[in-house]
Amino acid sequence: MSDTKNNWPLREVFIRSKQGLGHRHAGSLHAPDAEMAIGNARDVYTRRQEGISIWVVPAESISASSPTDSESLFDPANDKVYRHPTFFVLPDEVNHM
Amino acid sequence: MNKVQHKQALLRLGDDALILGQRLGDWCGHAPALEEDIALTNIALDLIGRTQSYLTLSGALNEVNGESKPLTDDQLAFHRVERDFQNLLLVEQPNGDFGDTIARQFLFDNYALLRAEHIATQTFDLDAAAIAAKAIKEIRYHQDHSSKWIIRLGDGTPESHSRIQNSINELWKFTGEMFTPDEIDLAGASAGLLPDLSALKIKWDSAINSVLEEASLVRPDDAWMQTGGRQGLHTESLGFLLAEMQSLPRTYPDATW
Repeated sequence: MSDTKNNWPLREVFIRSKQGLGHRHAGSLHAPDAEMAIGNARDVYTRRQEGISIWVVPAESISASSPTDSESLFDPANDKVYRHPTFFVLPDEVNHM
Repeated sequence: MNKVQHKQALLRLGDDALILGQRLGDWCGHAPALEEDIALTNIALDLIGRTQSYLTLSGALNEVNGESKPLTDDQLAFHRVERDFQNLLLVEQPNGDFGDTIARQFLFDNYALLRAEHIATQTFDLDAAAIAAKAIKEIRYHQDHSSKWIIRLGDGTPESHSRIQNSINELWKFTGEMFTPDEIDLAGASAGLLPDLSALKIKWDSAINSVLEEASLVRPDDAWMQTGGRQGLHTESLGFLLAEMQSLPRTYPDATW
């Protein structure tokens, strides 16, 4: 993908499906610049009314966590059930939480 | 504008879209990049959609010996001979390389947009106005797409510059036809349905010139222009296109899918 001489740079596409929702990752595509990336994203990812707004980000601008780090990053949360709001028993007086 | 002229005017709108849509469909699976493949075929589908609307409208006005004899869009698309097609010569020109296709699209999109903007606001034929109003949104995207490619190719590498300049030079002789009115254009303009082509040319010139300038391309001189598409006198490539497009429905007239 770093072969920019023969390939346009890779970009990640995020689509907002309707007002009030966040942009969700829809997929990726190649485009020479941001403007054309939006056009390509429109053609590739919104042909069936999937979206009302598009973000396109150069793939190289995304920093990702490494799968090899997943144990140290994510496992410690496994036994911390008290971080879920449902862990706490609420008094009857606040039954509309 | 009499009924026959009205029918013909709508037929031309449909034929321009049909032939260009069929041409663009040929890029499916062959465009230089997957993204562009989808873009071109999306545009083709927009054009075929517009074709269905205009041909249906035109077919409804068909008469034989003074009696109404409606024709469907499919009958008009698949069961007419070459001489009965009235599309612009520009849209039937072969796809050539990607630059040829973009140049053809760029010259046509700017014309189609101005024409649709007129048709959308006239009151002679409200169905045609509704189709044009929907088409405007599509054509604005097509025009944006083709204009940006013209700028990228013109302003790109020496090779892309010379090739897109060459494409525009080659196709230029087919642009005069867009602004050469015949009796149907004149009747349509006086009835309000069609735009006044001399006024349209001024706007088209300025739209084309500004993009060509930004693309550092040279606008060719308005020299000899080839016409005849509106009268059914086509370049040799239309016959091949129709043979391919029509072969299946003509071989199996009742085929469905």
